[in-house]
Amino acid sequence: MSQEHTLNPEVMPDEPEKATLEGKNKFLGFWFFLGGETVLFASLFGTYLALRGSTMGDNTPENLFGLELVFIMTMLLLTSSLTSVYAMYHMKNNDFPKMQLWLGITVVLGLAFLGCEIYEFYHYVHEYEFTFSSSAFGSAFYTLVGFHGGHVAFGLLWIITLMVRNAKRGLSLYNAPKFYVASLYWHFIDVVWVFIFTVVYLMGKVG
Amino acid sequence: MVENTNSTNTNLEYKRAKRKEEMKQQVVTFALMIVFTIIAFTMVTADLDKLFVIPILLVLAIVQVGFQLYYFMHMSHKGHEMPSLMFYGGVSVAFLTILTMLVLVWW
Repeated sequence: MSQEHTLNPEVMPDEPEKATLEGKNKFLGFWFFLGGETVLFASLFGTYLALRGSTMGDNTPENLFGLELVFIMTMLLLTSSLTSVYAMYHMKNNDFPKMQLWLGITVVLGLAFLGCEIYEFYHYVHEYEFTFSSSAFGSAFYTLVGFHGGHVAFGLLWIITLMVRNAKRGLSLYNAPKFYVASLYWHFIDVVWVFIFTVVYLMGKVG
Repeated sequence: MVENTNSTNTNLEYKRAKRKEEMKQQVVTFALMIVFTIIAFTMVTADLDKLFVIPILLVLAIVQVGFQLYYFMHMSHKGHEMPSLMFYGGVSVAFLTILTMLVLVWW
């Protein structure tokens, strides 16, 4: 049996992402990485919570934030999390075109989220003259939310690259772990966003 | 040989049905997450006492993240012992990090 054939079975095993040793290693390694990412974001959240009161004037969380936009962004990212679950569902059913379709929808939602965030930052800088160097609150806010936005941008590039690179290859046990790990990353981005909208925006509005 | 193929087919169909069932659960999870989000946003716009609102907001966030981890990221499936260990290791360090920074400032 050629290697080509073993990696392209007609029926996917139960967990195609963990069917090969390489896949198992990717899966474990990626969870280790997510543990580290949690600590990275915690240090940014800690900094933000410590500095959010140091506003040097009227640009306070309460005056700046508009909940309408944040709500739309939350819905976009939350829905994109579900669409990537659909993509993984079709991966397990060995339905490559549908998986690509749902990943594509995920990417579109992610781009919409990123667009909203760019608009938000642009709005703060131009309407409120609230920049990275305005105050300690400004630095902490842009670092935390910007780091998350950077993760979204990286996640999008990652998924797009996977989709393009594997478009003609189709689904196999070689690339299934790659797709699976990228979807884990995308869910993690949503996990961080849940805390951002709660701690930064909602708690900022409450005071 | 024929019997063998038949049993693989039933097995395959069983697995497909199982996955479909799981996907339905995922959609229910998603609906619950949307509901939690709407509750959180409504509570903030409703102008309630902040000592009452903030703990509830945090609980809603933690429950929602739990759904995300255990259903969307499949941590409820078998074979997630090491990932749980690593992830919760990260979470405990994360908790200490935030606590340290807050204590430093508020002391």
